[in-house]
Amino acid sequence: MSTWPILSLLVFLPVGGIAFLALTGRADAQNDRNARDVTLWTSLANLALAIVLALRFDPGQEGFQFVEHAVWLPGLGVAYHLGVDGISVLFILLTALLVPICIVASWTTVVERVRSWMVAFLAMEALMIGVFVARDALLFYVFFEAILIPMFLIIGIWGGERRVHAAFKFVLYTLAGSVLFLVAILTLASMAGSTDMDRLAATAIPLEAQRWIWIAMFASFAVKVPMWPLHTWLPDAHVQAPTAGSVILAGVLLKLGGYGFLRFSLPMLPAASAEFVPLVYVLSAIAILYTSLVALMQRDMKRLIAYSSVAHMGVVTLGLFTASARAISGAIMQMLSHGLVSAALFLVVGVVYDRRHSREIADYGGLVHSMPRYAALFMLFALAAVGLPATSGFVGEFLVIVGVFPVSAVFAACAALGMVLSAAYMLWLYRRVVFGGVPAGTPLPDLSLRETGMFLPLAILVLWLGIQPAFVFRLVEGPAAELAARLLAAQTGGGA
Amino acid sequence: MTALDPALLGALPELFLALAATVLTMVGPFVVDSRRQWLTRAALLALVAALALVPIAPDGPVFGGLFVVDGFAKFMKVLVLGATAWTLLIAEEGRQSASMRAFEYPVLVLFSALGMLATVSASNLMSLYLGLEMMSIPLYVLTALKRESRHAGEAGIKYFVLGALASALLLYGCALLYGFTGTTAFDALATALPDASPFGAAAGLVFLVAGIAFKLSAAPFHMWTPDVYEGAPTPVTAFLAAAPKVAAGALMLRVLFGPLAGLADVWMPAIAALAVLSMAVGAFGALRQTGLKRLLAYGTIGHSGYIFVGVAAGSPEGLHGACVYLAVYAVMTIGAFACLLAMHRSHQPFEQVEHLAGIGRRRPMFALAFSTLLLSMAGLPPLAGFLAKLYVFRAAVEAGLFWLAVVGVLASVVAAAYYFRVVYVMYFADGDEDFERLPGRRITWTVTATAVTALLFLVVAPVVVEAAARAAGTLGL
Repeated sequence: MSTWPILSLLVFLPVGGIAFLALTGRADAQNDRNARDVTLWTSLANLALAIVLALRFDPGQEGFQFVEHAVWLPGLGVAYHLGVDGISVLFILLTALLVPICIVASWTTVVERVRSWMVAFLAMEALMIGVFVARDALLFYVFFEAILIPMFLIIGIWGGERRVHAAFKFVLYTLAGSVLFLVAILTLASMAGSTDMDRLAATAIPLEAQRWIWIAMFASFAVKVPMWPLHTWLPDAHVQAPTAGSVILAGVLLKLGGYGFLRFSLPMLPAASAEFVPLVYVLSAIAILYTSLVALMQRDMKRLIAYSSVAHMGVVTLGLFTASARAISGAIMQMLSHGLVSAALFLVVGVVYDRRHSREIADYGGLVHSMPRYAALFMLFALAAVGLPATSGFVGEFLVIVGVFPVSAVFAACAALGMVLSAAYMLWLYRRVVFGGVPAGTPLPDLSLRETGMFLPLAILVLWLGIQPAFVFRLVEGPAAELAARLLAAQTGGGA
Repeated sequence: MTALDPALLGALPELFLALAATVLTMVGPFVVDSRRQWLTRAALLALVAALALVPIAPDGPVFGGLFVVDGFAKFMKVLVLGATAWTLLIAEEGRQSASMRAFEYPVLVLFSALGMLATVSASNLMSLYLGLEMMSIPLYVLTALKRESRHAGEAGIKYFVLGALASALLLYGCALLYGFTGTTAFDALATALPDASPFGAAAGLVFLVAGIAFKLSAAPFHMWTPDVYEGAPTPVTAFLAAAPKVAAGALMLRVLFGPLAGLADVWMPAIAALAVLSMAVGAFGALRQTGLKRLLAYGTIGHSGYIFVGVAAGSPEGLHGACVYLAVYAVMTIGAFACLLAMHRSHQPFEQVEHLAGIGRRRPMFALAFSTLLLSMAGLPPLAGFLAKLYVFRAAVEAGLFWLAVVGVLASVVAAAYYFRVVYVMYFADGDEDFERLPGRRITWTVTATAVTALLFLVVAPVVVEAAARAAGTLGL
């Protein structure tokens, strides 16, 4: 294995892009164009780097790879410790793929303060990848919470008419959860004498302490996922965020909550996790059923997709807290699939919003006549969201249901019912927007080359993961089996 | 004149500063108006020279044990002198009116700095009181220096009256401690207190802490802070908010972790209560403020609460955390006030939060720097303020004060709401006003330097953290 620090490069390459952008002069048309180019090429270079990482990653090897370690704050036991396992590699790929797509999506739509926008996106990319490579709890937290700042600006500066309300709601909800996570990290660190995540996972923590730490962490991750009833910031944030902001929010930011469960709650606090399984199950089931029904009633397309995200993430949390390797890998698969599909769906809404400047379902109809290519792609993503076999959406949901069924048939049935409901709201949305009568006004032009270009990689991946999910499972089966074994041991052992 | 007595070498920075201040006082009235800036430059030079003398001074007691030089005192003196010099540097450009150009300005700053140095090194109740008064009295005058402004006069009177009350409380506390133990020396107090009447010792402790808490603007002794911050001329507010807080914080640490360490069971809950109150008042009080300086004043109240979180832990970690916090606080405060001095909006200084509307579009680099400083104060990672909060919360958690850490982080969420509100006004709100940068490079340079420090603090943090650890280590515990 080579010794060059590929993980640090992944984190700091976007920072280099930011430095480059900061050096360009006043904001005129030429500089705006340059800023777009620089950002796109930086993010594409990062995608190439992520692909190199995935190719060189050896799934047969146990533990973390490409590890980098440097002492940072010795008094606190904090180190600059990076490393990846199969799960991280997948999320890094997802992030590195979605950022260039976001840049392309905002190519013509963001015309004000272009440079700041590009800086915000590169900062987001650096921080998100940082979360996925961090192996030190405090480093993780720094990346995890710093994301709030660029996201606040993305929603607040470039958002819709109620952007200020949405930006504040987003920040305060997330911050309130995160700070409790910080206390949890400090408590863990005081017990283990270090914030190294490997050390923390290896430290046995008394059950009573585990409970409190688990609750503090749950507050943070459940807001991020988001789980019912902490999800109310999400529809506002999605509706007000610009298209690319929604894409990155749905595609990657929501995954941070699930990733947190995978890295902290499950491995470090297995006994408490086992105890709180009923709570997670109930909240997940409510999320799946209730928010699906809410989604049915929405008249705003983005709001509908936002609620459907909450429902889909309910399936994820249901799977994560099931002591079965199948359910946990299914949940990870579902996170990836949701990252691709919901990102694509927000792009789908963005395309027509750019043309008619409305998100109301009632303002659209009969798009199939003037936008056939658009209609075809929309159908693919709608069906993937429903979980049709041969799309990525099916694999994850199916595995979660199969994994949950032996534990509780009722909750498996809830998840299955969620799939039915998702068919109801997605297909109804599709029918109303794409078919039906054409409202008055000039017909909308079909997808441009740029727009097709941003959908194609997503469409290919959705199909590829649906037909050939082995690529994902090869990477996650090891870590998932280990987590499942820990949870199972805690459940049967009854103690820490 | 004979050579300096070697026993006095420890007080070299103080002696030098006293000499310089006296000389400037005598020379000052004879300097014509057009040469006034040379006085400020001389004062700056004196502060820098004193700063250079700090590491040279040998450790040990001076003036028969009234005064002590140790690593802790040196760390705090570097902070105090650095903050004083820096605020004087930016004040020279920020002082516009004739009364603010009075020759007394740099002289008063020097005397106040001298008081702070004495406070930081105090090892006797007498020198403690003298140091604090020497620090405070020039501050009252500086607050009211802008004679043509009624606000400044009102602020000066308010500050003086309440400050005098606090001094009286403090002196009463000293008297009680002396009465019940028969000594004013810190080391003798430490041995005598356990045998003294518990009630008397506790009463003395309460008055002493209340007096110092006033200087730190900790709730419930904070009432003066917003009015004084708002009324005083901004260059004075910058000085007032940075250096004296460090000195008072250092004094609090020295007293509580030194002579009063034996009474930790008594003061830990009291300090925890002060911490909770200050964090809550700082967070909720700021939410309704529209004035920028009032907002920063409530910020200060909140920050003193976070410092108290570290103190309440009563452990070496807590002491260390409070030291780190004071260092970060001083730099961030100077930066934030430099931002207020850096620009005018349509030829008027910034006073209200609304005055910043539209600056994100017109002056993007300035808005970026100011946002960085504000969010750093809010404690958002990866900025400097996050690390400062991290250290005090860690101390609280390790001391088993989970509830205090939870209250602290929740208060920081509320505080984040108003810091984010300023960022929101800068970036989201629209304004058609013009912003003109004031001539002179020092303020711009200060804003840049502090913002870069806030942004890259995690990289340089080990240096500061190590220095604070060494300082905290010398304060015998």
